[in-house]
Amino acid sequence: MIKVEWLYWLVGLVFVVMAVQMAADRSNPRRWTSAAFWGLLGLTFPYGTGVADATAKNGGWTLPAEPLGVAVLALIVLAGFNFLGKGEPVTSTAEEREASAARLGSKIFVPALTVPLVAIVCASLLDTSGLFETGKATLLGLGVGCLVALVVGMLVTGERKLSVPLHSGRSMLEAMGSALLLPQLLAVLGSIFALAGVGTQVGRIVHDVLPDNSKYLAVLAYCVGMFLFTVIMGNAFAAFPVMTAAIGWPVLIEQMHGHVPAVLAIGMLAGFSGTLCTPMAANFNIVPATLLELKDQYGPIKAQIPTALPLLACSTVIMALFAF
Amino acid sequence: MIVLLGVVVVILGFVTRRNPVLVVGVAGVFTGLIGGMNPLEVLAAFGRSFADSRSVTVFAVVLPVIGLLERYGLREQARRLIGRLGGLSAGRFLAVYLLVRQVTAAFGLTSICGPAQTVRPLVAPMAEAAAERSTGAPLPERLREKVRSHAASADTVGLFFGEDCFIAIGSILLITGFVNSTYHENLEPTQLALWALPLAVCAFFIHGARLLLLDRQLQRDMALAVAEHDLPLPKGTDK
Repeated sequence: MIKVEWLYWLVGLVFVVMAVQMAADRSNPRRWTSAAFWGLLGLTFPYGTGVADATAKNGGWTLPAEPLGVAVLALIVLAGFNFLGKGEPVTSTAEEREASAARLGSKIFVPALTVPLVAIVCASLLDTSGLFETGKATLLGLGVGCLVALVVGMLVTGERKLSVPLHSGRSMLEAMGSALLLPQLLAVLGSIFALAGVGTQVGRIVHDVLPDNSKYLAVLAYCVGMFLFTVIMGNAFAAFPVMTAAIGWPVLIEQMHGHVPAVLAIGMLAGFSGTLCTPMAANFNIVPATLLELKDQYGPIKAQIPTALPLLACSTVIMALFAF
Repeated sequence: MIVLLGVVVVILGFVTRRNPVLVVGVAGVFTGLIGGMNPLEVLAAFGRSFADSRSVTVFAVVLPVIGLLERYGLREQARRLIGRLGGLSAGRFLAVYLLVRQVTAAFGLTSICGPAQTVRPLVAPMAEAAAERSTGAPLPERLREKVRSHAASADTVGLFFGEDCFIAIGSILLITGFVNSTYHENLEPTQLALWALPLAVCAFFIHGARLLLLDRQLQRDMALAVAEHDLPLPKGTDK
Protein backbone atom coordinates (compact mmCIF):
# COMPACT_ATOMS: atom_id res chain seq x y z
CA MET A 1 0.00 0.00 0.00
CA ILE A 2 1.35 3.42 -0.95
CA LYS A 3 1.34 5.73 2.07
CA VAL A 4 0.87 9.48 2.11
CA GLU A 5 3.97 9.87 4.27
CA TRP A 6 6.06 8.58 1.34
CA LEU A 7 4.80 11.50 -0.72
CA TYR A 8 5.80 13.92 2.07
CA TRP A 9 9.30 12.38 2.08
CA LEU A 10 9.47 12.91 -1.68
CA VAL A 11 8.44 16.57 -1.30
CA GLY A 12 11.04 16.99 1.45
CA LEU A 13 13.69 15.40 -0.78
CA VAL A 14 12.84 17.77 -3.65
CA PHE A 15 13.27 20.78 -1.32
CA VAL A 16 16.58 19.45 0.05
CA VAL A 17 17.98 18.78 -3.45
CA MET A 18 16.97 22.27 -4.55
CA ALA A 19 18.56 23.73 -1.39
CA VAL A 20 21.85 22.04 -2.34
CA GLN A 21 21.58 23.55 -5.84
CA MET A 22 20.99 26.97 -4.26
CA ALA A 23 24.00 26.66 -1.97
CA ALA A 24 26.16 26.06 -5.05
CA ASP A 25 24.69 28.99 -7.01
CA ARG A 26 27.11 31.93 -6.77
CA SER A 27 24.75 34.24 -8.68
CA ASN A 28 22.42 34.28 -5.65
CA PRO A 29 23.51 37.05 -3.24
CA ARG A 30 21.83 35.26 -0.31
CA ARG A 31 22.63 31.72 -1.29
CA TRP A 32 23.45 30.36 2.19
CA THR A 33 20.32 31.68 3.92
CA SER A 34 18.17 30.65 0.93
CA ALA A 35 19.64 27.17 1.08
CA ALA A 36 19.10 27.08 4.85
CA PHE A 37 15.42 28.02 4.43
CA TRP A 38 14.53 25.47 1.76
CA GLY A 39 16.77 22.78 3.28
CA LEU A 40 15.16 23.21 6.70
CA LEU A 41 11.71 23.17 5.11
CA GLY A 42 12.69 19.94 3.34
CA LEU A 43 13.74 18.35 6.65
CA THR A 44 10.46 19.29 8.38
CA PHE A 45 8.62 16.96 6.00
CA PRO A 46 10.17 13.65 7.15
CA TYR A 47 10.43 14.89 10.76
CA GLY A 48 6.72 15.72 10.59
CA THR A 49 6.00 12.02 10.05
CA GLY A 50 6.89 11.44 13.69
CA VAL A 51 4.80 14.38 14.91
CA ALA A 52 1.65 14.01 12.80
CA ASP A 53 -1.61 13.14 14.46
CA ALA A 54 -2.14 10.05 12.34
CA THR A 55 1.21 8.48 13.27
CA ALA A 56 0.43 8.50 16.95
CA LYS A 57 -3.05 7.14 16.26
CA ASN A 58 -1.63 4.22 14.29
CA GLY A 59 0.82 3.40 17.06
CA GLY A 60 3.81 4.50 14.98
CA TRP A 61 7.16 5.85 16.08
CA THR A 62 6.68 9.36 17.51
CA LEU A 63 8.93 12.39 17.91
CA PRO A 64 8.51 15.48 20.15
CA ALA A 65 6.68 18.38 18.46
CA GLU A 66 8.63 21.23 20.11
CA PRO A 67 11.79 20.99 17.92
CA LEU A 68 9.56 21.16 14.85
CA GLY A 69 7.96 24.29 16.33
CA VAL A 70 11.44 25.81 16.70
CA ALA A 71 12.17 24.94 13.05
CA VAL A 72 8.90 26.59 11.93
CA LEU A 73 9.79 29.78 13.83
CA ALA A 74 13.25 29.71 12.22
CA LEU A 75 11.61 29.44 8.78
CA ILE A 76 9.38 32.39 9.67
CA VAL A 77 12.40 34.48 10.72
CA LEU A 78 14.37 33.60 7.55
CA ALA A 79 11.40 34.46 5.29
CA GLY A 80 10.06 37.32 7.40
CA PHE A 81 13.30 39.33 7.46
CA ASN A 82 14.03 38.91 3.75
CA PHE A 83 16.86 36.41 3.94
CA LEU A 84 15.64 34.70 0.76
CA GLY A 85 17.41 35.53 -2.49
CA LYS A 86 17.23 34.64 -6.16
CA GLY A 87 19.95 33.43 -8.48
CA GLU A 88 20.16 34.02 -12.22
CA PRO A 89 17.17 32.09 -13.57
CA VAL A 90 18.30 28.84 -15.15
CA THR A 91 16.35 28.76 -18.37
CA SER A 92 16.58 28.88 -22.14
CA THR A 93 16.72 32.04 -24.28
CA ALA A 94 13.55 33.52 -25.78
CA GLU A 95 14.67 32.38 -29.26
CA GLU A 96 15.26 28.82 -28.09
CA ARG A 97 11.81 28.74 -26.51
CA GLU A 98 10.12 30.09 -29.66
CA ALA A 99 11.96 27.50 -31.77
CA SER A 100 11.06 24.67 -29.44
CA ALA A 101 7.41 25.80 -29.26
CA ALA A 102 7.33 25.78 -33.08
CA ARG A 103 8.91 22.31 -33.14
CA LEU A 104 6.76 20.70 -30.45
CA GLY A 105 3.47 22.53 -31.13
CA SER A 106 0.63 21.66 -28.80
CA LYS A 107 2.31 18.39 -27.79
CA ILE A 108 3.94 20.50 -25.08
CA PHE A 109 0.57 20.61 -23.27
CA VAL A 110 0.41 16.80 -22.96
CA PRO A 111 2.72 16.43 -19.93
CA ALA A 112 1.02 19.38 -18.20
CA LEU A 113 -2.40 17.76 -18.65
CA THR A 114 -1.01 14.42 -17.45
CA VAL A 115 -0.83 15.70 -13.85
CA PRO A 116 -4.56 16.35 -13.32
CA LEU A 117 -5.62 13.37 -15.46
CA VAL A 118 -3.53 10.87 -13.47
CA ALA A 119 -4.71 12.48 -10.22
CA ILE A 120 -8.36 12.16 -11.27
CA VAL A 121 -7.90 8.53 -12.36
CA CYS A 122 -6.27 7.71 -9.01
CA ALA A 123 -8.98 9.52 -7.04
CA SER A 124 -11.90 7.95 -8.88
CA LEU A 125 -10.89 4.52 -10.20
CA LEU A 126 -8.09 3.44 -7.88
CA ASP A 127 -9.52 4.87 -4.65
CA THR A 128 -11.05 1.59 -3.58
CA SER A 129 -8.36 -0.68 -5.01
CA GLY A 130 -6.36 -0.77 -1.78
CA LEU A 131 -3.31 0.53 -3.65
CA PHE A 132 -3.38 3.83 -1.76
CA GLU A 133 -3.76 4.70 1.91
CA THR A 134 -7.47 5.16 2.68
CA GLY A 135 -8.75 8.68 2.09
CA LYS A 136 -5.49 9.90 0.56
CA ALA A 137 -6.00 8.79 -3.06
CA THR A 138 -6.30 12.34 -4.45
CA LEU A 139 -3.17 13.64 -2.80
CA LEU A 140 -1.20 10.53 -3.73
CA GLY A 141 -2.63 10.73 -7.23
CA LEU A 142 -1.12 14.18 -7.49
CA GLY A 143 2.30 12.83 -6.52
CA VAL A 144 2.04 9.90 -8.94
CA GLY A 145 0.76 12.32 -11.62
CA CYS A 146 3.82 14.53 -11.20
CA LEU A 147 6.22 11.61 -11.53
CA VAL A 148 4.41 10.29 -14.62
CA ALA A 149 4.27 13.81 -16.09
CA LEU A 150 7.99 14.27 -15.52
CA VAL A 151 8.74 11.10 -17.51
CA VAL A 152 6.27 12.09 -20.25
CA GLY A 153 7.70 15.61 -20.28
CA MET A 154 11.26 14.38 -20.73
CA LEU A 155 10.15 12.07 -23.54
CA VAL A 156 8.15 14.80 -25.33
CA THR A 157 10.87 17.44 -25.07
CA GLY A 158 13.73 14.99 -25.65
CA GLU A 159 15.46 16.21 -22.48
CA ARG A 160 17.85 13.59 -21.06
CA LYS A 161 19.17 15.20 -17.89
CA LEU A 162 17.07 15.06 -14.71
CA SER A 163 19.00 18.07 -13.40
CA VAL A 164 17.29 20.30 -16.01
CA PRO A 165 13.75 20.06 -14.60
CA LEU A 166 15.14 20.30 -11.07
CA HIS A 167 17.06 23.48 -11.92
CA SER A 168 14.04 25.01 -13.69
CA GLY A 169 11.80 24.08 -10.79
CA ARG A 170 14.30 25.58 -8.36
CA SER A 171 14.19 28.87 -10.28
CA MET A 172 10.41 28.87 -9.93
CA LEU A 173 10.80 28.14 -6.21
CA GLU A 174 13.15 31.14 -5.86
CA ALA A 175 10.74 33.34 -7.79
CA MET A 176 7.83 32.37 -5.52
CA GLY A 177 9.90 32.72 -2.36
CA SER A 178 8.11 32.61 0.97
CA ALA A 179 4.71 32.99 -0.78
CA LEU A 180 4.96 29.24 -1.33
CA LEU A 181 4.88 28.57 2.40
CA LEU A 182 2.19 31.13 3.30
CA PRO A 183 -0.85 28.84 2.82
CA GLN A 184 0.62 26.22 5.15
CA LEU A 185 1.49 28.85 7.75
CA LEU A 186 -2.05 30.23 7.57
CA ALA A 187 -3.37 26.72 8.20
CA VAL A 188 -1.10 26.62 11.27
CA LEU A 189 -2.41 30.01 12.42
CA GLY A 190 -5.97 28.75 12.02
CA SER A 191 -5.19 25.78 14.27
CA ILE A 192 -3.61 28.01 16.90
CA PHE A 193 -6.64 30.32 16.80
CA ALA A 194 -8.86 27.31 17.36
CA LEU A 195 -6.68 25.99 20.24
CA ALA A 196 -6.59 29.42 21.92
CA GLY A 197 -10.38 29.68 21.69
CA VAL A 198 -10.71 32.49 19.14
CA GLY A 199 -13.49 30.62 17.38
CA THR A 200 -15.49 30.09 20.55
CA GLN A 201 -15.21 33.79 21.42
CA VAL A 202 -16.30 35.08 18.02
CA GLY A 203 -18.93 32.35 17.91
CA ARG A 204 -20.31 33.65 21.22
CA ILE A 205 -20.51 37.19 19.85
CA VAL A 206 -22.16 35.94 16.67
CA HIS A 207 -24.57 33.93 18.78
CA ASP A 208 -25.55 37.09 20.71
CA VAL A 209 -25.99 39.11 17.54
CA LEU A 210 -27.70 36.57 15.30
CA PRO A 211 -31.25 35.52 16.10
CA ASP A 212 -31.33 31.85 17.16
CA ASN A 213 -31.11 29.28 14.40
CA SER A 214 -31.43 31.77 11.63
CA LYS A 215 -29.67 29.75 8.94
CA TYR A 216 -29.95 32.41 6.26
CA LEU A 217 -28.50 35.17 8.41
CA ALA A 218 -25.61 32.93 9.47
CA VAL A 219 -24.85 32.09 5.81
CA LEU A 220 -25.02 35.78 4.97
CA ALA A 221 -22.70 36.63 7.87
CA TYR A 222 -20.14 34.00 6.79
CA CYS A 223 -20.10 34.97 3.08
CA VAL A 224 -20.19 38.74 3.61
CA GLY A 225 -17.67 38.36 6.45
CA MET A 226 -15.27 36.47 4.15
CA PHE A 227 -15.79 39.17 1.52
CA LEU A 228 -15.19 42.12 3.87
CA PHE A 229 -12.25 40.56 5.72
CA THR A 230 -10.63 39.82 2.37
CA VAL A 231 -11.19 43.39 1.17
CA ILE A 232 -9.55 44.70 4.35
CA MET A 233 -6.62 42.28 4.41
CA GLY A 234 -6.22 41.76 0.66
CA ASN A 235 -5.91 38.02 1.11
CA ALA A 236 -8.71 35.45 1.18
CA PHE A 237 -6.32 32.84 2.59
CA ALA A 238 -5.79 34.97 5.69
CA ALA A 239 -9.50 35.69 6.10
CA PHE A 240 -10.43 32.00 5.80
CA PRO A 241 -9.10 30.60 9.12
CA VAL A 242 -10.52 33.56 11.05
CA MET A 243 -14.04 33.46 9.59
CA THR A 244 -14.19 29.68 9.56
CA ALA A 245 -13.12 29.34 13.18
CA ALA A 246 -15.68 32.02 14.07
CA ILE A 247 -18.81 31.26 12.06
CA GLY A 248 -18.16 28.64 9.38
CA TRP A 249 -17.32 25.74 11.66
CA PRO A 250 -19.09 26.36 14.99
CA VAL A 251 -22.31 27.85 13.62
CA LEU A 252 -22.86 26.62 10.05
CA ILE A 253 -21.38 23.14 10.38
CA GLU A 254 -21.70 22.11 14.05
CA GLN A 255 -24.90 23.91 14.97
CA MET A 256 -26.76 23.81 11.66
CA HIS A 257 -25.21 20.65 10.17
CA GLY A 258 -24.13 22.21 6.89
CA HIS A 259 -22.41 20.04 4.28
CA VAL A 260 -18.71 20.52 5.09
CA PRO A 261 -17.14 20.77 1.59
CA ALA A 262 -19.96 22.95 0.26
CA VAL A 263 -19.78 25.48 3.11
CA LEU A 264 -15.99 25.78 3.03
CA ALA A 265 -15.42 25.79 -0.74
CA ILE A 266 -18.13 28.39 -1.34
CA GLY A 267 -16.97 30.45 1.65
CA MET A 268 -13.46 30.63 0.20
CA LEU A 269 -14.88 31.77 -3.15
CA ALA A 270 -16.91 34.50 -1.42
CA GLY A 271 -13.51 35.70 -0.22
CA PHE A 272 -12.17 35.55 -3.78
CA SER A 273 -14.94 37.96 -4.87
CA GLY A 274 -13.51 40.28 -2.22
CA THR A 275 -10.01 39.92 -3.70
CA LEU A 276 -11.40 41.24 -7.01
CA CYS A 277 -12.43 44.52 -5.33
CA THR A 278 -9.46 45.51 -3.21
CA PRO A 279 -6.28 47.48 -3.89
CA MET A 280 -4.82 45.59 -0.91
CA ALA A 281 -4.45 42.58 -3.24
CA ALA A 282 -1.80 44.53 -5.12
CA ASN A 283 -0.30 41.63 -7.02
CA PHE A 284 -3.66 40.82 -8.63
CA ASN A 285 -5.12 44.30 -9.09
CA ILE A 286 -2.41 46.98 -9.05
CA VAL A 287 0.47 45.12 -10.73
CA PRO A 288 -1.56 44.47 -13.94
CA ALA A 289 -2.49 48.18 -14.06
CA THR A 290 1.20 49.07 -13.88
CA LEU A 291 2.14 46.44 -16.45
CA LEU A 292 -0.49 47.79 -18.83
CA GLU A 293 0.67 51.38 -18.19
CA LEU A 294 -2.77 52.55 -17.12
CA LYS A 295 -3.17 56.13 -15.85
CA ASP A 296 -5.96 55.00 -13.53
CA GLN A 297 -4.39 52.30 -11.38
CA TYR A 298 -7.85 51.30 -10.13
CA GLY A 299 -8.99 50.53 -13.72
CA PRO A 300 -8.94 46.74 -13.30
CA ILE A 301 -10.77 46.96 -9.95
CA LYS A 302 -13.47 49.16 -11.52
CA ALA A 303 -13.85 46.59 -14.30
CA GLN A 304 -14.16 43.80 -11.68
CA ILE A 305 -16.51 45.20 -9.01
CA PRO A 306 -19.70 44.81 -11.11
CA THR A 307 -18.79 41.11 -11.50
CA ALA A 308 -17.66 40.57 -7.91
CA LEU A 309 -20.87 41.78 -6.22
CA PRO A 310 -23.25 39.48 -8.19
CA LEU A 311 -20.78 36.63 -7.53
CA LEU A 312 -20.94 37.31 -3.79
CA ALA A 313 -24.74 37.15 -4.07
CA CYS A 314 -24.46 33.86 -6.00
CA SER A 315 -22.19 32.34 -3.31
CA THR A 316 -24.63 33.30 -0.57
CA VAL A 317 -27.64 31.92 -2.45
CA ILE A 318 -25.90 28.70 -3.54
CA MET A 319 -24.71 28.04 0.01
CA ALA A 320 -28.11 28.78 1.55
CA LEU A 321 -29.91 26.53 -0.94
CA PHE A 322 -27.58 23.57 -1.38
CA ALA A 323 -25.33 23.28 1.68
CA PHE A 324 -28.05 22.24 4.17
CA MET B 1 -12.38 37.99 24.88
CA ILE B 2 -8.71 38.91 25.05
CA VAL B 3 -7.71 36.22 22.51
CA LEU B 4 -9.50 38.27 19.86
CA LEU B 5 -6.48 40.58 19.95
CA GLY B 6 -4.79 37.86 17.84
CA VAL B 7 -7.26 38.58 15.05
CA VAL B 8 -6.51 42.30 15.43
CA VAL B 9 -2.78 41.55 14.99
CA VAL B 10 -3.49 39.71 11.72
CA ILE B 11 -5.67 42.50 10.37
CA LEU B 12 -3.25 45.27 11.36
CA GLY B 13 -0.31 43.32 9.92
CA PHE B 14 -1.95 42.76 6.54
CA VAL B 15 -3.42 46.29 6.36
CA THR B 16 -0.04 47.90 7.07
CA ARG B 17 1.57 45.63 4.44
CA ARG B 18 4.07 43.91 6.71
CA ASN B 19 5.72 40.75 5.45
CA PRO B 20 2.80 38.26 5.55
CA VAL B 21 4.93 35.38 6.86
CA LEU B 22 6.09 37.53 9.75
CA VAL B 23 2.53 38.69 10.50
CA VAL B 24 1.35 35.08 10.69
CA GLY B 25 4.25 34.10 12.93
CA VAL B 26 3.79 37.00 15.35
CA ALA B 27 0.01 36.56 15.46
CA GLY B 28 0.41 32.83 16.14
CA VAL B 29 2.86 33.23 19.02
CA PHE B 30 0.90 36.17 20.47
CA THR B 31 -2.47 34.41 20.30
CA GLY B 32 -1.04 31.24 21.82
CA LEU B 33 0.50 33.12 24.75
CA ILE B 34 -2.54 35.28 25.55
CA GLY B 35 -4.71 32.20 25.11
CA GLY B 36 -3.02 30.71 28.18
CA MET B 37 -0.39 28.42 26.63
CA ASN B 38 3.16 28.42 28.01
CA PRO B 39 6.05 28.93 25.53
CA LEU B 40 6.73 25.19 25.20
CA GLU B 41 3.07 24.54 24.46
CA VAL B 42 3.13 27.26 21.79
CA LEU B 43 6.13 25.57 20.15
CA ALA B 44 4.42 22.20 20.29
CA ALA B 45 1.25 23.69 18.79
CA PHE B 46 3.27 25.20 15.93
CA GLY B 47 5.08 21.90 15.34
CA ARG B 48 2.03 19.68 15.52
CA SER B 49 -0.18 21.78 13.27
CA PHE B 50 2.68 22.30 10.80
CA ALA B 51 3.12 18.53 10.57
CA ASP B 52 -0.62 17.99 10.13
CA SER B 53 -0.90 20.58 7.37
CA ARG B 54 2.04 19.42 5.22
CA SER B 55 -0.45 18.50 2.49
CA VAL B 56 -0.88 22.25 1.80
CA THR B 57 2.66 22.53 0.40
CA VAL B 58 2.63 19.28 -1.60
CA PHE B 59 1.90 21.18 -4.82
CA ALA B 60 5.61 22.08 -4.94
CA VAL B 61 6.28 18.68 -6.59
CA VAL B 62 4.63 20.07 -9.74
CA LEU B 63 7.31 22.73 -10.13
CA PRO B 64 10.00 20.63 -11.89
CA VAL B 65 7.48 19.50 -14.53
CA ILE B 66 6.19 23.02 -15.19
CA GLY B 67 9.75 24.41 -15.11
CA LEU B 68 10.86 21.87 -17.73
CA LEU B 69 7.90 22.63 -19.99
CA GLU B 70 8.33 26.40 -19.69
CA ARG B 71 11.96 25.97 -20.67
CA TYR B 72 10.73 24.22 -23.80
CA GLY B 73 8.23 26.92 -24.75
CA LEU B 74 4.96 26.16 -22.88
CA ARG B 75 4.09 29.86 -22.53
CA GLU B 76 5.13 30.64 -26.11
CA GLN B 77 2.82 27.91 -27.41
CA ALA B 78 -0.07 29.21 -25.26
CA ARG B 79 0.55 32.65 -26.79
CA ARG B 80 0.50 31.24 -30.34
CA LEU B 81 -2.85 29.55 -29.71
CA ILE B 82 -4.40 32.73 -28.28
CA GLY B 83 -2.97 34.69 -31.23
CA ARG B 84 -5.16 32.64 -33.57
CA LEU B 85 -8.29 34.32 -32.14
CA GLY B 86 -7.49 37.51 -34.06
CA GLY B 87 -10.73 37.90 -36.05
CA LEU B 88 -13.13 38.43 -33.14
CA SER B 89 -14.59 41.68 -31.75
CA ALA B 90 -12.96 43.02 -28.57
CA GLY B 91 -15.72 41.78 -26.25
CA ARG B 92 -15.99 38.35 -27.85
CA PHE B 93 -12.23 37.92 -27.88
CA LEU B 94 -12.02 38.75 -24.16
CA ALA B 95 -14.92 36.39 -23.38
CA VAL B 96 -13.08 33.55 -25.18
CA TYR B 97 -9.90 34.44 -23.28
CA LEU B 98 -11.88 34.33 -20.01
CA LEU B 99 -12.98 30.79 -20.87
CA VAL B 100 -9.44 29.73 -21.85
CA ARG B 101 -8.08 31.15 -18.61
CA GLN B 102 -10.74 29.40 -16.51
CA VAL B 103 -10.33 26.03 -18.18
CA THR B 104 -6.52 26.02 -18.09
CA ALA B 105 -6.56 27.13 -14.44
CA ALA B 106 -9.04 24.34 -13.66
CA PHE B 107 -6.44 21.92 -15.05
CA GLY B 108 -3.84 23.41 -12.73
CA LEU B 109 -2.07 25.44 -15.44
CA THR B 110 -2.31 28.69 -13.51
CA SER B 111 1.00 30.10 -14.68
CA ILE B 112 0.77 29.71 -18.46
CA CYS B 113 -1.37 32.85 -18.66
CA GLY B 114 -1.16 35.98 -16.50
CA PRO B 115 -0.71 39.76 -16.58
CA ALA B 116 2.97 39.51 -17.56
CA GLN B 117 2.80 36.30 -19.59
CA THR B 118 -0.23 36.94 -21.81
CA VAL B 119 -2.21 40.08 -20.94
CA ARG B 120 0.44 42.71 -21.63
CA PRO B 121 2.11 41.16 -24.67
CA LEU B 122 -0.97 39.69 -26.28
CA VAL B 123 -4.47 40.00 -24.86
CA ALA B 124 -4.57 43.78 -24.29
CA PRO B 125 -3.03 44.71 -27.69
CA MET B 126 -5.30 42.25 -29.51
CA ALA B 127 -8.40 43.57 -27.73
CA GLU B 128 -7.39 47.15 -28.57
CA ALA B 129 -6.77 46.24 -32.20
CA ALA B 130 -10.15 44.52 -32.38
CA ALA B 131 -11.88 47.57 -30.84
CA GLU B 132 -10.22 49.88 -33.36
CA ARG B 133 -11.16 47.58 -36.20
CA SER B 134 -14.84 47.71 -35.26
CA THR B 135 -15.01 51.44 -34.45
CA GLY B 136 -12.85 52.28 -37.47
CA ALA B 137 -10.74 54.90 -35.69
CA PRO B 138 -7.96 55.08 -33.10
CA LEU B 139 -9.34 54.77 -29.57
CA PRO B 140 -9.27 57.88 -27.37
CA GLU B 141 -7.21 57.50 -24.18
CA ARG B 142 -10.17 56.86 -21.90
CA LEU B 143 -11.53 54.00 -23.99
CA ARG B 144 -8.06 52.51 -24.45
CA GLU B 145 -7.78 52.37 -20.65
CA LYS B 146 -11.21 50.77 -20.45
CA VAL B 147 -10.30 48.02 -22.93
CA ARG B 148 -7.02 47.34 -21.14
CA SER B 149 -8.72 47.24 -17.71
CA HIS B 150 -11.24 44.74 -19.04
CA ALA B 151 -8.43 42.63 -20.47
CA ALA B 152 -6.82 42.52 -17.01
CA SER B 153 -10.18 41.70 -15.41
CA ALA B 154 -10.82 38.77 -17.78
CA ASP B 155 -7.48 37.30 -16.70
CA THR B 156 -8.02 37.76 -12.96
CA VAL B 157 -11.66 36.59 -12.85
CA GLY B 158 -10.76 33.57 -15.01
CA LEU B 159 -7.91 32.62 -12.70
CA PHE B 160 -9.80 33.03 -9.42
CA PHE B 161 -12.91 31.16 -10.50
CA GLY B 162 -11.06 28.46 -12.41
CA GLU B 163 -8.22 27.42 -10.11
CA ASP B 164 -10.48 26.21 -7.31
CA CYS B 165 -11.74 23.42 -9.56
CA PHE B 166 -8.22 21.94 -9.45
CA ILE B 167 -7.43 19.68 -6.52
CA ALA B 168 -3.82 20.69 -5.97
CA ILE B 169 -4.16 24.45 -5.69
CA GLY B 170 -3.18 26.39 -2.57
CA SER B 171 -6.69 27.45 -1.60
CA ILE B 172 -8.16 23.93 -1.77
CA LEU B 173 -5.22 22.41 0.12
CA LEU B 174 -5.41 25.20 2.69
CA ILE B 175 -9.03 24.28 3.38
CA THR B 176 -8.32 20.55 3.73
CA GLY B 177 -5.10 21.14 5.68
CA PHE B 178 -6.76 23.54 8.13
CA VAL B 179 -9.93 21.53 8.65
CA ASN B 180 -8.24 18.13 8.86
CA SER B 181 -5.64 19.26 11.38
CA THR B 182 -7.90 21.53 13.46
CA TYR B 183 -11.19 19.65 13.51
CA HIS B 184 -9.87 16.13 12.79
CA GLU B 185 -12.06 15.70 9.74
CA ASN B 186 -11.14 13.63 6.75
CA LEU B 187 -11.96 16.00 3.95
CA GLU B 188 -10.81 15.16 0.40
CA PRO B 189 -9.70 17.87 -2.07
CA THR B 190 -11.97 16.46 -4.81
CA GLN B 191 -15.13 17.19 -2.78
CA LEU B 192 -14.12 20.83 -2.43
CA ALA B 193 -13.16 21.18 -6.10
CA LEU B 194 -16.60 19.87 -7.10
CA TRP B 195 -18.32 22.52 -4.98
CA ALA B 196 -16.28 25.22 -6.70
CA LEU B 197 -17.87 24.32 -10.07
CA PRO B 198 -21.25 26.10 -9.69
CA LEU B 199 -19.54 29.40 -8.92
CA ALA B 200 -17.07 28.90 -11.78
CA VAL B 201 -20.08 28.65 -14.11
CA CYS B 202 -21.70 31.75 -12.55
CA ALA B 203 -18.44 33.68 -12.92
CA PHE B 204 -18.18 32.74 -16.60
CA PHE B 205 -21.72 33.83 -17.40
CA ILE B 206 -21.65 37.05 -15.36
CA HIS B 207 -18.24 38.28 -16.47
CA GLY B 208 -18.64 36.88 -19.99
CA ALA B 209 -21.92 38.79 -20.43
CA ARG B 210 -20.27 41.98 -19.20
CA LEU B 211 -17.41 41.52 -21.66
CA LEU B 212 -19.88 41.05 -24.52
CA LEU B 213 -21.63 44.27 -23.46
CA LEU B 214 -18.27 46.03 -23.74
CA ASP B 215 -18.58 46.02 -27.55
CA ARG B 216 -21.82 47.96 -27.41
CA GLN B 217 -20.45 50.39 -24.80
CA LEU B 218 -17.41 51.05 -26.95
CA GLN B 219 -19.57 51.84 -29.99
CA ARG B 220 -21.66 54.26 -27.92
CA ASP B 221 -18.72 55.94 -26.16
CA MET B 222 -16.89 56.22 -29.46
CA ALA B 223 -19.84 58.01 -31.06
CA LEU B 224 -19.95 60.38 -28.07
CA ALA B 225 -16.22 61.01 -28.22
CA VAL B 226 -16.40 61.79 -31.93
CA ALA B 227 -19.27 64.23 -31.36
CA GLU B 228 -17.56 65.96 -28.43
CA HIS B 229 -13.95 66.21 -29.43
CA ASP B 230 -13.94 66.36 -33.19
CA LEU B 231 -11.86 63.22 -33.40
CA PRO B 232 -10.82 61.84 -36.76
CA LEU B 233 -13.92 60.23 -38.18
CA PRO B 234 -14.04 56.69 -39.44
CA LYS B 235 -13.14 56.54 -43.10
CA GLY B 236 -15.94 57.11 -45.55
CA THR B 237 -18.31 58.92 -43.17
CA ASP B 238 -19.40 62.53 -43.45
CA LYS B 239 -19.70 64.81 -40.52
